[in-house]
Amino acid sequence: MVRYFEDMKVGEHRDLGSFTFTAELIKTFASQFDPQPFHLDEEEGRKSLFGGLAASGWHIASVWMKLAVADGQREAAEAAARGEKPAMWGPSPGFRDLRWLKPVLAGDIISYASDVESLRASRSRPEWGVMQTRNTGTNQRGELVFSFLASVFVRRRSPLD
Amino acid sequence: MTLTFEDFPVGRFGTFGPRHVSRDEIIAFASEFDPQPMHLDEEVAKRSMLRGLSGSGWHLCSLMMRMMFDGYIGRTASLGSPGVDEVRWLSPLRPGDELMLDVDVAAARVSRSRPETGIVTFALRVRNASGQVLLEAVSPIIIKRRAGPAARS
Repeated sequence: MVRYFEDMKVGEHRDLGSFTFTAELIKTFASQFDPQPFHLDEEEGRKSLFGGLAASGWHIASVWMKLAVADGQREAAEAAARGEKPAMWGPSPGFRDLRWLKPVLAGDIISYASDVESLRASRSRPEWGVMQTRNTGTNQRGELVFSFLASVFVRRRSPLD
Repeated sequence: MTLTFEDFPVGRFGTFGPRHVSRDEIIAFASEFDPQPMHLDEEVAKRSMLRGLSGSGWHLCSLMMRMMFDGYIGRTASLGSPGVDEVRWLSPLRPGDELMLDVDVAAARVSRSRPETGIVTFALRVRNASGQVLLEAVSPIIIKRRAGPAARS
């Protein structure tokens, strides 16, 4: 996703890689941002709707960002190796329809992916387009655990007239 | 006393904060989860659309979660959240910001599948000390109902 707006295509799919949510990482994130008992303690997790020590939903989302940035950096390095100048990501105006579909429990390995869902010109910013991607996380049993629709500004190769 | 579903009628719930956000925190979060130059490098950030170092939007969401926890979720019979309907990042999070969180209950209904619980949908707004709105969000949370006959209707 470090290509220009004109190079992106609806339906394009990227695997972003996977991440293991260890008990230690779950507790470290939760103690800082979301210290609910089921995110901090195995026994409390077992007694909760989650059925085990569960990662904070914001941890699951933040790891998506981590892997998306790493994927973009790999893509940028490949472009640079071909002698191309990669585009930089713009910021994001927000997201919609984020669902934590199943718990992510200690030891789960989540594979993230991103699919381009729509592309539109930005009326207010002629140098940018807005790309929507459907992003997902799937656990080691093939169950969809996480999904959301992201928007991001993508630089145009040539500004809109 | 623990707050239950009945304690969240539709309307204004409260305002929480301030929560100070330091440059070190912004860079620590971005280094781990969102290492884009606009969140890490002052010089690159100056030339970005956001014109200056800004925190990751996911950091702002996570800080909002912590403010919700400190404000009321920590003393609520919360069972977790199925998701977030919408988040709008309206202005960048800056080093030194003092965040305030405004919370409204947009909707509250008893769960059909688990009648001992209710689903409370919060409308959330994070603003800085100068009143600039950084984030707006709509997010449901599953909350236990009070035990007893009233909860069984």
